[in-house]
Amino acid sequence: MAISLKVNGSSHSADVSPDTPLLWVIRDTLGMTGTKFGCGMAQCGSCTVHVDGVATRSCVTPVSAVAGKAITTIEGLGGNHPVQKAWLELDVVQCGYCQSGQMMSAAALLASNKNPSDADITEAMNGNLCRCGTYDRIRAGIKRAAQLA
Amino acid sequence: MKTTVSNQGRRAFVQGSAAVGGAFILGLNVPNAGAVTVSHGTSRLVDFPGDAFAPNAWIRISKDNKVSIYASRSEMGQGVYTAMPMLVAEELDIDLNDLQVGIPPAAAPYINRIFGAQLTGGSTSVRDGFTYLRQAGAGAREMIVAAAAAQWGVDASQLTTSKGYVMGPGGKKASYGSLAAGAMKQAEPKEPKLKDPSQWKIIGQPLKRFDSPYKVNGTAEFGIDVKVPGMMIAAVEMCPVIGGEVASFDEAAMMASPGAKKVVKFNDTYTNGVAVIANSYWNAKQALTKGNIKWNVTKNATLSSDGISKMLADGMAKEGVEVKARGDVDAALGSAAKKLEAEYELQFLAHSAMEPLTATVLIKADSADVWAPTQFQTLVPPTVAAATGLKPEQINVHTTYLGGGFGRKIEMDFVAQAAVIAKAMPGVAVKTIWSRENDMMNDSYRPVSLQKIQVALDSNGMPSAYKYKIASPSISARLFPGAVQKGVDPFMMEAAENFPYDVPNWHLSSTFVDTGQRVGYWRAVSNNLNAFSQEVMLDEMAAAAGMDPVAYRRILLRDKPLYLGVIDLAADRAGYGKPLPAGHFHGVAVIECYETYGCLISEIEVKSDGKIKVHKMTYAVDAGILINPNIAHQQIQSGVVSGFQNAFSEITIKDGVVQQTNFHTYYLPRMADVPPVDIHFVASNRNPGGLGEVGVPLVSPSISNAVFAATGKRVRKMPFKPGITA
Repeated sequence: MAISLKVNGSSHSADVSPDTPLLWVIRDTLGMTGTKFGCGMAQCGSCTVHVDGVATRSCVTPVSAVAGKAITTIEGLGGNHPVQKAWLELDVVQCGYCQSGQMMSAAALLASNKNPSDADITEAMNGNLCRCGTYDRIRAGIKRAAQLA
Repeated sequence: MKTTVSNQGRRAFVQGSAAVGGAFILGLNVPNAGAVTVSHGTSRLVDFPGDAFAPNAWIRISKDNKVSIYASRSEMGQGVYTAMPMLVAEELDIDLNDLQVGIPPAAAPYINRIFGAQLTGGSTSVRDGFTYLRQAGAGAREMIVAAAAAQWGVDASQLTTSKGYVMGPGGKKASYGSLAAGAMKQAEPKEPKLKDPSQWKIIGQPLKRFDSPYKVNGTAEFGIDVKVPGMMIAAVEMCPVIGGEVASFDEAAMMASPGAKKVVKFNDTYTNGVAVIANSYWNAKQALTKGNIKWNVTKNATLSSDGISKMLADGMAKEGVEVKARGDVDAALGSAAKKLEAEYELQFLAHSAMEPLTATVLIKADSADVWAPTQFQTLVPPTVAAATGLKPEQINVHTTYLGGGFGRKIEMDFVAQAAVIAKAMPGVAVKTIWSRENDMMNDSYRPVSLQKIQVALDSNGMPSAYKYKIASPSISARLFPGAVQKGVDPFMMEAAENFPYDVPNWHLSSTFVDTGQRVGYWRAVSNNLNAFSQEVMLDEMAAAAGMDPVAYRRILLRDKPLYLGVIDLAADRAGYGKPLPAGHFHGVAVIECYETYGCLISEIEVKSDGKIKVHKMTYAVDAGILINPNIAHQQIQSGVVSGFQNAFSEITIKDGVVQQTNFHTYYLPRMADVPPVDIHFVASNRNPGGLGEVGVPLVSPSISNAVFAATGKRVRKMPFKPGITA
């Protein structure tokens, strides 16, 4: 069954089973690999994308549930998003695998909260695991992105 | 003879945009490195024209003065794609804006000389390459200068270099690239002259990582991201009990599932199970669920965590193998004024890299290509050859970015399995992706260990004897049997073997306990196990002596300035001995790990429900010369967060099956759990020590010692129960 998707402003048609998680449609069908697979059960946040602006774990989101909605992936963040600028300025990444998800969660936080407190940041980011332990720089990066926005 | 690297494949560079300005972060000024590009496509070598300057395995300079430097270790977050090129570039004297970083294949020039294999691990990348990488740059520069001297008819001593240009008398100037043909005629110097460290312009600068732009815009290609035309994807189910085999499965049902192309039963050296190859990961995984796979489980069917504890106790009761000794420890224990004896028990841990294991293999009639996030390039060809019947020289290894490694990706199980699966579809690239459950339940775990320490104290509370026995599975006995000498595994003895404290009678022994569960190298390896027991016992000794734990350590390390340096720095920066907020307590621990010295002071609180809140950590480190202080800072930070697993995570086993399956049952530290880590480096001109692992081992002992300060209770068994609180 073909499902119509709007990803990063472009329309796509995906001929997949409706229960296919959005993550695998993005990666395998659309070939956009910036969004990562980490756990498959919304425990790590590596697969985070925006659906109508809201941070969403794409690994547990059936593609049928987001048909027609505005989906944004790391590729659609544009490269010059304040979060990306701050991430470069503070050299946040290490292995980098979780960072697409971290930045998508951070961008969604800043979209709804222009000046998040430490507690706001912890609450918004606690679902995103980083096995390299970049949390200190992620926190600093979000504060810097708030200044750049 | 010159070593050359063959050009292979297509040009695969993506232009990275330079990051803006310097920024003050966490006490570090992180300057812009320049517009360094990093190869991150499926082809790993720059496709240079034949007239490029190619002096050695590390450097290519094209006629238009583009410089490529090859980084021969795996980039798994520790910054080798930045630190290693910095070493070459320092002596080559180039503009980093002209630099491209390439990733070479598995080949002899890139062998890690500490291990004798192209392997990333043991915090060796910079320690190994510190001299030969600088020599590669210096030698190339001398050849270029000699070419300019010949061209201009002047003596080489009259020439200088800067940013990729040679300058001579009368305003003469030529780019390195324009001198390529002449430089290739020069002999590579045997002993190139290295700069005096006072002349360094790149080494020691806290440059931004060269790989950051690709990881920030999502284009960095990890193993799981490899794309090959016509590629298929495989999902796997493996027997949950080690040694078990596939009994039956419904192939027809799996093949009837959408997108399924092939069902493969595998029974290779490492794993037993069933794979479905399909046109997408989800289709492969869905097809697997329809297979009604049954297992034959014989040995290990009753393996349990309690049973493993008993195996360790039985091992402890056996005669151990003496590792090292001095004096007469038994006599001193017999005549002691005061004796201490304690047992410490450490748990299995999973590696849990964020990128689950994956490899892509394309098998043709007379060759195979392997794209893998591997830490061990030179073991891939023999592994894939054994799995496919091809010859090792027919196997091409393409290293991708690693979404974390931590020692797990030294293993060959996922590579061998991917090759066996791909063999079912020759001519088609097949990417095998493990689920998180596959990854967590089929790990080579950080080993369990039971450790017994007996200490004799004299009337002043100073130790006269220290007897230490370790019962643990040996990792090397499986992976590198040659490393095991006379029944001793050196990778089981870290931190214990180089016991630094002044004790006249000392004895260290070990005994191997094979529990049936597979064990592997896990970031900092046995430093994690042995530093826990040793550093908690040091606190127990100080308490028995009625002395402050820092003061006590200082006495026993009085002739060891490198240890004293980090202890004094950490104590000063943590405000050790000064009043803390109500309910807060300090715990200290000290280590030498891979030629780096560290002292960690943890400030914690034990809540009324017994849970531990970690408020602050202060880590003083002497890692010798820091190639890149920005990345050094990252690595210590990373190691400390990793150390939270030692303290609070656990893999348990019941009926032969690992009980933790995903991140809801296996603890990884989250943002709320991790306190600010205050990191301080001792200024040093010592050759570089390792940085990737030294952050890890002191977290659990420093917290245990702080828990004692808070509650008077010794915690000698990991992990801490009831755990951590945000």
